[in-house]
Amino acid sequence: MSSTVVETTPKVEPQVEKNYLNADHTIKSWLLTTDHKRIAVLYLISVTVMFFFGSVAAALIRYELTAPRGLLLSSEAFNKTFSAHGVFMVFFFLVLAIPATLGNFLVPIQIGARDLAFPRLNLLSWYLYTIAAVLVLISMFMGGVDAGWTFYTPLSSTYSNTQITLCLVGIFISGFSSIATGVNFVATIHKMRAPGMTWFKLPLMIWSTYATSVIVLLGTPVVAITLFLVVVERAFGFGIFSPELGGDPVLFQHLFWFYSHPAVYIMILPAMGIISELITCFSRREIFGYKFVAFSSMAIAGIGFLVWGHHMFISSQSVYQGIIFSLISFIVAVPSAVKVFNWSLTLMKGSVHFSTPMIYALGFLGLFVIGGLTGLYLASVDTDVHLTGTYFIVAHFHYVMVGGTIMAFLGGIHFWWPKMFGRMYSEFWGKLSAIIVFVGFNFTFFPQFILGYLGMPRRYHLYYFAPEWQVYHIMSTLGSSILGIGFVLPAIYLTHSLVKGRKAEANPWDARGLEWEYTSSPPITENFAKTPVFRGKVYDYDAVADAAKYEGEIEPVIEGKGRTNV
Amino acid sequence: MSDHTHHHDDEHDPVYFQYEQIDQQQETYVLGMWSFLVTEVLFFGALFMLYIIYRWKFQDDFYLVHEQLNWKLGGLNTAVLLFSSFMVAAAVHYAQKKRKTQQLICLGITLLCAFMFMMVKTKEYGDKWSHHLIPNKAFSYGEHHGGGGELGGQGEHAAVLPNGGKITLASGATNMGGEGASHDEFQYHPGNGTIAPQPREKPAFLKFLDGVFAPLDMPEKEQHGSPEHARLFLSLYFLMTGLHGVHVLVGIIVISALMILTIKKAPTITDYIPTEMVGLYWHFVDLVWIFLYPLFYLIPK
Repeated sequence: MSSTVVETTPKVEPQVEKNYLNADHTIKSWLLTTDHKRIAVLYLISVTVMFFFGSVAAALIRYELTAPRGLLLSSEAFNKTFSAHGVFMVFFFLVLAIPATLGNFLVPIQIGARDLAFPRLNLLSWYLYTIAAVLVLISMFMGGVDAGWTFYTPLSSTYSNTQITLCLVGIFISGFSSIATGVNFVATIHKMRAPGMTWFKLPLMIWSTYATSVIVLLGTPVVAITLFLVVVERAFGFGIFSPELGGDPVLFQHLFWFYSHPAVYIMILPAMGIISELITCFSRREIFGYKFVAFSSMAIAGIGFLVWGHHMFISSQSVYQGIIFSLISFIVAVPSAVKVFNWSLTLMKGSVHFSTPMIYALGFLGLFVIGGLTGLYLASVDTDVHLTGTYFIVAHFHYVMVGGTIMAFLGGIHFWWPKMFGRMYSEFWGKLSAIIVFVGFNFTFFPQFILGYLGMPRRYHLYYFAPEWQVYHIMSTLGSSILGIGFVLPAIYLTHSLVKGRKAEANPWDARGLEWEYTSSPPITENFAKTPVFRGKVYDYDAVADAAKYEGEIEPVIEGKGRTNV
Repeated sequence: MSDHTHHHDDEHDPVYFQYEQIDQQQETYVLGMWSFLVTEVLFFGALFMLYIIYRWKFQDDFYLVHEQLNWKLGGLNTAVLLFSSFMVAAAVHYAQKKRKTQQLICLGITLLCAFMFMMVKTKEYGDKWSHHLIPNKAFSYGEHHGGGGELGGQGEHAAVLPNGGKITLASGATNMGGEGASHDEFQYHPGNGTIAPQPREKPAFLKFLDGVFAPLDMPEKEQHGSPEHARLFLSLYFLMTGLHGVHVLVGIIVISALMILTIKKAPTITDYIPTEMVGLYWHFVDLVWIFLYPLFYLIPK
């Protein structure tokens, strides 16, 4: 007996660190996961697919517009193409790209929690999104919709013969996906913060995600029910917006923009959160005016609900309504400006490192300022009457949405990529593609400001009546080809890095924050080996010079959880 | 004190893996529920806003159409829901006191009330169906209602206007693109004295409800006012009460699940918090009805 005992040597575990990616390899473990990090990866794949479809539609639009009489599409197909572009990009990419991927990944880690408050609800939200996306794709391939992404009545409810019903059902379902995520984030940020992680020690990414979630909770149900009303109007002949019954089609616009204007803040606020993180990290400096940046997010969320009428200056609104909405629209520019000033002042006196994420962040700053300032032209009633419904608006919101949200999304993906997947990408290709995106973007959309000022209406297929516009359209299309390259490159080298990339350390940027200092890259399923206790300052980059002192201030992991079993 | 990394292995641990303590978990649940109810308020809020605008715009017609609704049945439903709300509050109370039998009885009564509500609603919707008041293709409303006579071709139904004209609703009448889903179009025909259709026979499985609620039946009222505005009013009525009905159905599912889990002593039901959350939801459903009832059934002259 004793001889057998001697033989047993302790089993040598293979030296592979366990993390959330290799915790389990089955398909089932991904499709039924409740791990917020895995759901973030699922979302990243889904939104990339939808972004691809939206981009193909965009490419078709740009190609078509290089000639005054069009090249490829019928006018009907053109209408369907720009509608598809809007629906894919707005409802299935922009409103959730950052919260659902980076937000899902970061919210629990940045506040020191093991997961979101409701992990199964989180998984449900991904399934709802996927079902919605599939329905909308089916509606697009069965003939598409031609009412634009705004679905104005009575075109959408009475006159259009396209697949609007199915498409709207899809968008309706995707609304519940957003609501589920919003409820989850609000509950998590309120109740799941680690000991010591008080409200004013939260990373600004969390503040802006919180503000975003509040908007989602207050706005999304309204647009969901509004689009549902169009569905029942088409399907059963209910007549809420039907002028034949005395209904008011403009009410649809009010209800639609009550959500859809705050929705642009749903798109831009998480982007602002990312930029706050990037700028502090790569300036090696504490953010200037933390509380102003934090509260400006909340101010944008609040005031953003009172400005929807500026979409309707020419939709039978009274002059007084117009004036008031115009005034409030100017006011909402203030908190946005506060953020830009604070970022600029953080850069000042900082030691700026031009890493890939930082180039995206600086690109964001420039483009967002142009997008924001041109917004003021549209917020004042008199200039808006000239510019509304033209390419000026198209250029303006692409500067905010693409120049803002997508630049920040890419910057954030590049920043947290080592954390998400444990691999470093090629810095050379990263910087190159960031510059290509910036250049391509400006080439695409700056000419559209001029086009819009000259009078080119948005959503027009033909402009043979003003052939002098062709040069701007060709510039724009060339720019969009460059932009396209800028989007394809990261897809290639980031995917490549998953296999061939250098292994990332836990904190490759020497950044501050729980996700960098307390977790491995990639994190383990539980995020933290033990519940962290946060004792330091947020964005404590000033302590970089004295690393030893810094180590003393924040001790990684001290206390157990001290929970009582009932 | 146990190591939290093993929580998820422990089937009987009431604290889920992501939480530190049971208190934190419970507070988070309740906060999550309140956040969800906020979205529900906004969800119905948009509809209430539409209602307010249209009622303000068409006050007289809304008064005339609302006479088609049976306020006695609506009143019965109000009483039923109020009582059920009391019962669910009592269930929370007993759950806090850990008096399980009483808690289950109260939840059971709540469930019965919910079924009762849906039965009354079915009876009401059935009546509207037989009187052609559901705003779909078969909708018909007008002065001559009930006067006998047949309506024309299949797939075409008419609403008779006060001036003797009619609005017909033909399915897929003009299909411009030839592709995509067909839809409805309204067409106006100058009057030729077409008479609205006879009441429709109800399906057999709904007939027993007529007997049950016979004492609350009200004499059929003449249909006055503009048929278009009637259609608008009834669209809002069916949308809002229909969505409310969906919420009652969800409530039935949730209350049943809670009762089953409580009886089976499921590990997740260790305290009163799940009952409280169901209670919050049910109070919300009740509250929506408290607004719907006067807005639709009790419009003053």
